[in-house]
Order: sequence, then structure tokens, then C-alpha cells
Amino acid sequence: MIKKSLLEIKRDLAEKKVSSVEVTKAVLAQIEKKSDLGAYVTVCADEAVAAAEEADRQIAAGVDKPLLGVPVAVKDNICTEGIRTTCASRFLENYIPPYDAFVVKKLKDAGAVIVGKANMDEFAMGSSSEYSAFKTVKNAVDDTRVPGGSSGGSACAVASYQAYMALGSDTGGSIRQPASFNGVVGLKPTYSAVSRYGLIAFASSLDQIGPMTRTVDDCKYVYDIIKGYDKNDSTSYSGNLDLGEKFTSLKGRRIGVAKEFFPSALSPEIKAAVEKAIAFYKDNGAEIVETEIKSFDMALACYYILSSAEATSNLSRYDGIKYGRRAEGCKNLQEIYYKSRTEFFGPEVKRRIMLGNFVLSSGYYDAFYLKASKVRTLIKKDFDEALSKCDALICPTAPTTAYKLGQKITDPVEAYLGDIFTVPVNIAGLPGLSLRCGTDSDGLPIGMQLIGKAYCEETLFSLARIYESAKEAK
Amino acid sequence: MSDYNVTIGLEVHCELKTESKLFCSCVNKFGGEPNSHTCPICAGHPGVLPVLNKKAVEYTVKAGCAIGSEISKFSKWDRKNYFYPDLPKAWQTSQFDLPLCVGGEVRFDVNGEEKVVRLNRIHLEEDAGKLVHSGNSTAVDYNRCGVPLIECVTEPDIHSADEAVVFLEELASIFRYCGISDCKMQEGSIRADVNLSLSKPGQPLGTRTETKNLNSFRSVRRAIEAEIVRQTEVLESGGNVVQETRHFDDASGTGYGMRSKEDAQDYRYFPEPDLMPVVMTDEDIEKIASTLPELKRARRSRYISELGLSDYDASILTADPAVADLFDGAVSLGANAKKAANYVMSEIMRKGKTEGEDGITVGISSAQLADILMLVEKGEINLVASKDVLDKIWQNDMTAGEAVDKLGLRQNNDAGEIEKLVRDIIAANPGPADDFKKGNEKVMSFFVGQLMKATKGKTNPKIAGELVRKILSE
Repeated sequence: MIKKSLLEIKRDLAEKKVSSVEVTKAVLAQIEKKSDLGAYVTVCADEAVAAAEEADRQIAAGVDKPLLGVPVAVKDNICTEGIRTTCASRFLENYIPPYDAFVVKKLKDAGAVIVGKANMDEFAMGSSSEYSAFKTVKNAVDDTRVPGGSSGGSACAVASYQAYMALGSDTGGSIRQPASFNGVVGLKPTYSAVSRYGLIAFASSLDQIGPMTRTVDDCKYVYDIIKGYDKNDSTSYSGNLDLGEKFTSLKGRRIGVAKEFFPSALSPEIKAAVEKAIAFYKDNGAEIVETEIKSFDMALACYYILSSAEATSNLSRYDGIKYGRRAEGCKNLQEIYYKSRTEFFGPEVKRRIMLGNFVLSSGYYDAFYLKASKVRTLIKKDFDEALSKCDALICPTAPTTAYKLGQKITDPVEAYLGDIFTVPVNIAGLPGLSLRCGTDSDGLPIGMQLIGKAYCEETLFSLARIYESAKEAK
Repeated sequence: MSDYNVTIGLEVHCELKTESKLFCSCVNKFGGEPNSHTCPICAGHPGVLPVLNKKAVEYTVKAGCAIGSEISKFSKWDRKNYFYPDLPKAWQTSQFDLPLCVGGEVRFDVNGEEKVVRLNRIHLEEDAGKLVHSGNSTAVDYNRCGVPLIECVTEPDIHSADEAVVFLEELASIFRYCGISDCKMQEGSIRADVNLSLSKPGQPLGTRTETKNLNSFRSVRRAIEAEIVRQTEVLESGGNVVQETRHFDDASGTGYGMRSKEDAQDYRYFPEPDLMPVVMTDEDIEKIASTLPELKRARRSRYISELGLSDYDASILTADPAVADLFDGAVSLGANAKKAANYVMSEIMRKGKTEGEDGITVGISSAQLADILMLVEKGEINLVASKDVLDKIWQNDMTAGEAVDKLGLRQNNDAGEIEKLVRDIIAANPGPADDFKKGNEKVMSFFVGQLMKATKGKTNPKIAGELVRKILSE
């Protein structure tokens, strides 16, 4: 039962083949069983069972809602009213939000049962989920390896049947990379398509919430529920979010490939798997278009400047004054700031705060922040140009498969390089979908990324669905 | 001291009287229980986002139009980052390089001479909260946090404390006339920072100091005077003025340095990613400009040239826009300008002052005022009785005529009836009547007073006077 897709369990619930309480309890049992994977920071069993009971009452009364009775997980940087939301940080260890994020409201309105808050890298900073202040998340396929990050808990939960869907957030690859490491589907929507209200900000101009699921159809189904204009998010888009196309044939479709997508550092197995996927599209009628994104290799530097600058500012509110934790024995205001921030922020968060302060400080602003802003414009332009010649671009999601726990923790730059394929998409504000396209010699999932035009998520779903059904048929 | 030229530039902060705060829907209201006018947004909770209050933009543009600024068709928001407990997000959302209003000027008279102070800019930002100290502990009240605030920066065109204070009064009057701010010093809704330097005639400007957060016109005057004395002493003794931020202590009347240029805060400004830029068309700007009322200086000249009032009366009537509007309204309803002016300056301003704490409360409408003046003009009530009428209709929409009837104040103009009363009173007071016959004219007023007392002021005093003289002379 727990291995069914979201759409399957939704149908079973609607047809009363199974009750939401049964499904929820089964998922909670799986969470218990798999607790060593560290996928959750908080499991809300009581609230989940209560919500499931309510869902069953509604189902019995003939109510139909898109997610009625379906157990789901929410990344722990998305606010849930009355349920602890920690960002996997000591600072917010005791923080209980007084409000629901827009997407949480959407899930609740759709009747979903929230079973828990998914573990992550502290404040979503990291690519391995080893920077959770509470516990390391492990890969669902191989528990000696990282699940990717920062939405490692969400990816692991979905891959190990601890939820039918988990919301993640993606600032530079935090949905797509862990999706690829755990062999699930992850969508980073177009910037502004999903409201950020209630998402605890890391880098406001790059953050997006998106679904992580086991199938492409599940992903689309949830995306359609959570997307949409929100008056509480001034960057939310009020125009048409459905500019993509739904299709089942690849005839006349064009898929772009840029030479920058296959750097020498790329693992040969991943290169081969992605090339095979490209060949699949070609063999089934799509035209493969050679493109280029010249600014591609500038994206990583640009990203770490812009995201750290915004993060520095966004994380300044954690000062030990209003909420969250305060260090003990502080004698004055300076000590409250200094001790609390020293004690409750982890190493990666501190690194980004320092980097961000540096690039914004007077005398350095022009050389770093301003220049990065200009590069951002360039990257956007290059993507727009490349996408004007095709329906979508295809590339690997990450340059490696899941690596060993602890392997990159001592070398942050090495870890940052793991974001080269995902970061440019956030900078360009475009939608990116990660989908499994193979398995390496260690039996680890390989992911490919489809990148679309703004608000053309449907095109990505169509392309992904065609690939997925062909693989299933095999 | 006269050896030095004084150069002063002001930064004036003024709270806008919008219904709600700048970025959330909390009420914008002075006072209230601490933290009663707050929500997750203005209290800086994790995950919240700002939504711009368009009215505040409109008010700022109105202020700019009133002083002839160029209104920016494109302006944006920036984060000014610093740590302080009254600033829950640890940044103030403000405008750095693209403010809403650029340039402008304020004209005013100092000691009979017209003076022009140019404005550099007006930008919109949010106010911070307040620290409340008690004993050893400090608490924060965020009620004021997020209240819209405009910052008006002058060019260094001010050269004395007199000029600074009159400029501030004029600016406050303009904003009150525009209806965008109450500019109440007591509530801290207008505050000023003073930048001041001294220089020898013909020499370049000296090093300036900035005295922050002066919250009364009196403090501005005293701080400027004290700083001129201090800098003169420093220079006269061969020292150098240090560029620093200073605080002025109202109680002791002295200023002291808070931090020097070297310790100056680096605010690490960068564009606010959570808000869209403000884009305005010519039509938008014209629409706002068309709502500007006739301002104080224009009104004052009109009162002098068209209504024939004295310079002094015109100044008093236009000091407060509510008073000027009351006067204007009554005149346009047919009241005699000079009589209306006298009545407003004596009765209305007396009553308004006793009941209001800050400025003048106008408790009647123009129509009510015109009515009272008409009743006095027609002799239906006298001036003494009009005060009772005013009391009755103050803060009440009863007409003056209704009040007269209710109070039974209608004046007796019947000479026959009055003569009878006069004869009775004279007969009852033979002593004073004899005095009159002996040539003591002063007893006239004694008899008129007795008559008024007997009729509760309802007798036409002119007729009564004539009859007293006539009968005593018989």
C-alpha cells in the first residue's frame, strides 16, 4: 500500500478501498521503521491521525478534494501553524510558527494529511543534508551515502515510502539534486509560479518550492495544486501559468543540448546515461538541437555571491531577541547577538553569512554583488536564446551520483561544484525537472534534468512522462 | 562666533498617516498596548513577505508634488542592514539609489525675508519599533514597526537655527495641508537629524557632524546652537572637528559623540528581492498631483489680497489646515471674511486649544460656523450667547439655529419689552440712577449688566444701552 503512487492511493481512498487512517498509520509505521534514515525532523503522528480521521469523515460524506486523506511530508523550512518548523537549525529548534505557508494552506485545503517535517541542510544551505543540526539524512538507496540536499529528507522520505509526496525547496538545486540521488522526480518550478509566503527565506530571488514524487504524473498533480498567484507574495506571478504544452508524441518536438552540459569533470557513467536518454528522444521522433549557453560556467560564482548576499540579510533576523533560541549568560546586547549566533548557527550557514557580508560590504559591492547581478542578466539572456530554438534543454542533474557520507564535508568548494547543472536554472528563473535516467555501477540512481521556458512546466511533464512510460514498458 | 559661516543640512523623518502599515495590514495608529498592532510580517517572523501599501506611495508622491520634486517613474526598494532589537528583520526596507521623489524646494520667510531651501530627495521607508527600558531590563514594542515613514533630505542650504526651525515648521505645515501626516512632535511622527559644519568665509565647507533623532523643534534649535558653540570652541582652540554621529541630550542641553566615521555602520545596502520596483506613468503622477490642496503660502497671500485680512491674521488662520479649511468654507458660504476671521481667531481657536492636546481641534463644520456668524449678524443672538451655542454644537452635528432654540437663547430685540425691563431695574436701583444724574456715566454699564443678568444675556445689548441712557436722562 505504501508503495503505491500518490494518484493510485488517492483513487483507492476515493473508492473507499482503504481508509485514510489505515494509509496514514501504514506510512507512520514505515517512518518508524526507517527512522535510521533521518528523513524527518518532526513526525506529527497525532495531528496526522486526527487529520486522517477527518478526511475519512469527509470521504464518507461524499466530499472530493484533490489530496483528501493522502499522507504527505513538508520540508522543515516551510511554516506549519502550530507545528515546530526548525530549518534543521538549533536556532529555530523551538520555533512554532503562528501561521501556515501558502503552500501548506493549499495542501490542507486539498485535504492532505501532513505526517511530518522533512529534514534538510540547515537553512537549506548544503547539497548533502549532512548540515542538519539534528541528524544526518541518509540515501534511501544506499544508507552509507548522502541523499543530496538540501531537500535530502524530502527526497529520502519519498524514495523510501515514508510519504506519497514531499514538498521541497530549491534555491540552487535543492530539489533536483536530491531527487536525482534518490531516484525520484523533482520539479523546481518557474520562479514566481509558487508562492514563497511561509517559506523561510534563504535567497529570496532564487528560492522556489516544488513537489518531489515517485512518478511524473504525481509531480504534475501536486504542482497544479500548489501553484498560483498569492497576493501575499509580491513576486508571485498573476498571469497565465500554463504556457506549456501537453503532448504524447515527440514528433515535431525539439530538444536542445549545449556543449557546456558535458564538461570533462562529468562522470562517464552519467554522461553515457544522459546521452542514452537524448538518443531515446531522438529515436522517438524529437529533433535534437545543438545550442550553447556561453555564460554557463559563470553561473556557480554568480550564484554563490547572490545567494550568500541575500542569505546574510535574510538570516540576520535570528538574533536571539524575538523568537528561537538565545544563548545563556549574556551580559549585554552585543553578547546576545554574538553568543547566540555563534552557538546556534552551524558551519555552512556561518560560511555563507561571512561570504555574503563580504560581497555586500562597502568597497567590494561593485566588484562582487553588482557584477554578479550583471552576470545574472547575461545568463538569463543566454538561456532565453537557447530556449528560443527548442522546447526544452536536457542535461545531467548532477555531475556525480550520491557520494559517501562525510566525503565532501571537509571541502565545501568540491561540494559547491555539485551544483553546476542546477544553479544556472535558478539564476535564469526557469523550471527544471529531474528524472531518473539510469543506474551507475554502484547501483545508484542517475538523474537527468529537463529545463523549460518560463511557465512551461507542462512541456517538461510531457517530455518526462513519455520517457518514464517507455522505461516502465521495458 | 560670527567669524564662521554655519552650514546645515537636515534629514527629516515624517510618519505618514495611512490606515495601515507599509508592508502589512496592521493598523497604523499611535499608542496601544505594546505589540498589540503587530502581525508575523511586521514582527519579522521567519518566512513572511512584504506587500507594499500603495497609499503610502501615493502620499509620498503627493509630498513630492507639493514641494516641486521630480517624481521618479521607476523607483525601487533596498535593504539597509543593521542589527538592533527595534528592527525585527535586522534590515530596514528603504530606498537607496532610486527614491520616489528627487529635488524640490521649500520657500518660507525668516525675519521678513524669503528663504529657499532645496530638497535633495524624499524617499519612503519603514519605521522601527521602540525600546522600553525599565530598571535593568529592556523590552521591545513593535507597534510602530513598519509604519510608513518619509525621509526628506535637504541640500546644505540652511545657515542658522532660526532658518532650520522655520523650515521645519513650513515643511510640517505642507505635509499637514497635504493630509499625509499629522507631524505631531509629541508622538514622534516628525523627527530630524542635523548635519552641521562651520567654515571661514570664502573657505571650503568644514567637517560636519550629524546629530541624530531630534524630536522637537525646540531640540533642533538647542542642538544647533550648542553644536555651533562646540565646533567654534574646537576650531578656535586650534583643534579639528571630528566627523561623527552625535546625540543631543534634551535634559542637559548638551550633545555628545556616539560614533566616529571609522566606526560608522556599513549598511550593506542591496536591492530588496521581495518587492517589485514602483513604476509610475505620467497619468498616475498627474492624478496624484491633482489632489493637492492650496498650500499655506498661497492661501495666506489670497487671504491678504482677496479677503483684505492683515498679514498677521492671515498667518494665524493658515497655521493649521483644519482652521484654514473651516474659515474658507464659512466665507464661501457667505460669511463676512473679517468677522469670520475674528471669530475663528478668538472663539474657535480658544475652544480648539483647550480641548485638543496637539495643535487645534476643529469641532464644528464650516456650515455651522457660517450659521453662528449669520445669527450674530442678524442680531438673533449676541456674541456672549454665541459661546453657549458653540459649546452646544461642538463635536455635534446640530445646527446653530437648533442650538439657539434648545438653549432658549434667542435675543430679545423688542424695544417696548426691553424698555419695560429697564424701567423696572432703574426703579429698583435709585442710588446708581442718582449717580448718573450727577454725571457718572460709568453706571450705564452697571444697568446694562443688571439687565443682562436678569434676562440671561438674551437682550440686544445695543438697544438696551440706548434705552438705559434715554431713561436715565429723562
